Amino acid sequence: MDGFHKERRSGSSMSKMDRSRTKSGILFALPWIIGFLIFSLYPICISFYYSMSDFNIFQAPKWVALDNYRELFSDHKFYLSLQNTLYMVVFGTPITLGAGLLLAILLNQRIRGLSVFRTIFYLPSIVPIVASSLLWLWILNPQYGLLNSILKAVGMKQPNWLMDPAYTKPALIIMGLWGVGNTIIIFLASLQDVPRSLYEASKMDGANAWQQFIHITLPGISSVIFFQLIMSIINYFQYFTQAYLLIGGSTGGGTNGMSGGPENSLLFYSLYLFHNAFGYFKMGKASAMAWILFLIIMAVTALIFKTQDRWVTYGDQ
Amino acid sequence: MVINNVKSSVNRSQVATRLLVYLLVIVLSIVFLIPFLWLLSTSLKTQKEIYQFPPVIFPYKLNFNNYYLAVTKMPFLRYTVNTVVITVLCVIGQVISSSMVAYSVGKIKWKGAKILFPFIVGTMMIPTQVTMIPLYIVYTKMKLVGSIVPLVLPSFFGGAYYIFLLRQFFKTIPDSLVEAATIDGAGEGRIFVKIILPLCKPALTTVGIFTFLATWSDFLGPLLYLNKEEQYTLSLGLQAFMQTHYVEWGPLMAASAIFTVPIIILFFFAQSYFIEGITVTGMKG
Repeated sequence: MDGFHKERRSGSSMSKMDRSRTKSGILFALPWIIGFLIFSLYPICISFYYSMSDFNIFQAPKWVALDNYRELFSDHKFYLSLQNTLYMVVFGTPITLGAGLLLAILLNQRIRGLSVFRTIFYLPSIVPIVASSLLWLWILNPQYGLLNSILKAVGMKQPNWLMDPAYTKPALIIMGLWGVGNTIIIFLASLQDVPRSLYEASKMDGANAWQQFIHITLPGISSVIFFQLIMSIINYFQYFTQAYLLIGGSTGGGTNGMSGGPENSLLFYSLYLFHNAFGYFKMGKASAMAWILFLIIMAVTALIFKTQDRWVTYGDQ
Repeated sequence: MVINNVKSSVNRSQVATRLLVYLLVIVLSIVFLIPFLWLLSTSLKTQKEIYQFPPVIFPYKLNFNNYYLAVTKMPFLRYTVNTVVITVLCVIGQVISSSMVAYSVGKIKWKGAKILFPFIVGTMMIPTQVTMIPLYIVYTKMKLVGSIVPLVLPSFFGGAYYIFLLRQFFKTIPDSLVEAATIDGAGEGRIFVKIILPLCKPALTTVGIFTFLATWSDFLGPLLYLNKEEQYTLSLGLQAFMQTHYVEWGPLMAASAIFTVPIIILFFFAQSYFIEGITVTGMKG
């Protein structure tokens, strides 16, 4: 095939047309280029320097080489925050993606009133995070909350949700399930993209619904699952706002947002980073944490990309 | 005969499956709706009704006192104005800048486009935590902490998500349209304003809506950069209100309801843009 590959090079000099196109190309991309330099590249580089410095904002950074990293690796709260975060990644991701896929499959059964149901499942995901966190704080209230009232009515155990370290993270995952609408919409659209003819052909061959799901549906939407998997993992690694709000709400005022919840069970990585940066003003230590997070996210993403060949199929192949 | 029997049993099981599907969808819909109901009903209850067991979903009498308390106990109007100002500026900035960049990497035939685009998509992976601290320090040095500049400025330099979304859309516009205009002597600037933008109103609206949604609900940004109460956005104001009134569920739920309503209204007016926007950015990574 290589022989047919055409090299379209019109001499060494760029034509006038090409030059003017390049000029306008750069001009139009200028906002992003400048933005990238100021809001991404510079911060990333200087953050690496900060991570090797003792820095409290008020005085100039002082070079300490790997001290911040050393401090972190002997800090039990660092490991605890990593552990709490991994809990959310490991349990939160499959539960939310699984629930999203299941609901999308249900909605894809050619049901009547699809747009009404789709709206009902989607709406919670656009409720502002502060409002939804407040609402769930109230739903999860151990004494008067809706969830425990229901559990009490059916005679089940009523956990102390946001007060009991064993239940704080499950509570957050339940709350996250209410906001699964985005994922449902994406999966639903991808399910609708799987060609109907494939199902009809396999039906002729006598495949049952389960076999169709395994051999047609899953491969058909695997590229979307792949993308959603990566985004979900990245998001859970950065989990912050809900934890910050729910801790503030369940412990009342006076904590100055510096608490990690009951027995630090909600001390997530980003929350601990935030405490270090804006509570203790240990900008160096916080920057080191940010860099470790960056490396973890890149490594995990690369790892998932490596598995790609084994389970992801793209429609045009 | 045998075939007929098989057929009717298949039909019967199909009917059963469909019934099960409807049952599941309806039950789950109710589960998803209940928190909304709980929000509304709490906001309309008296303090006594709120702490009643078993709880009632429908209060005996509609009581709007909580709404009155919510808007008078905190400077609700001020928070709303602050939020609207920031949101409008971000929407304007994002729509202009992202569409420009998307045009460059999606429609202009230049070599840089192929290099630039993967970079833009790649920046989506950079965790906020990495850039947050250095930017905070820069803004501190420039004495901009306590102003809305740090919350608004980045919108004017294009967001990776929105550029991605717009590029997908620009790609669907036939090149022949652009070429015809080029032959007529139109420069890239004129093609962009006169041809591309009018054709892409739906995509631009989608970007506007998503920027609105993100800015309206943003919490971390205002938490970092707004330190005076008179500058608070609704998110931050509501959180501050919760810190001091954390057991007054009535007013808290009323405030949450008011905060959420504009977004729900927006959704009902622009449903298709929402769906379109999510599916494009969510599927074609």
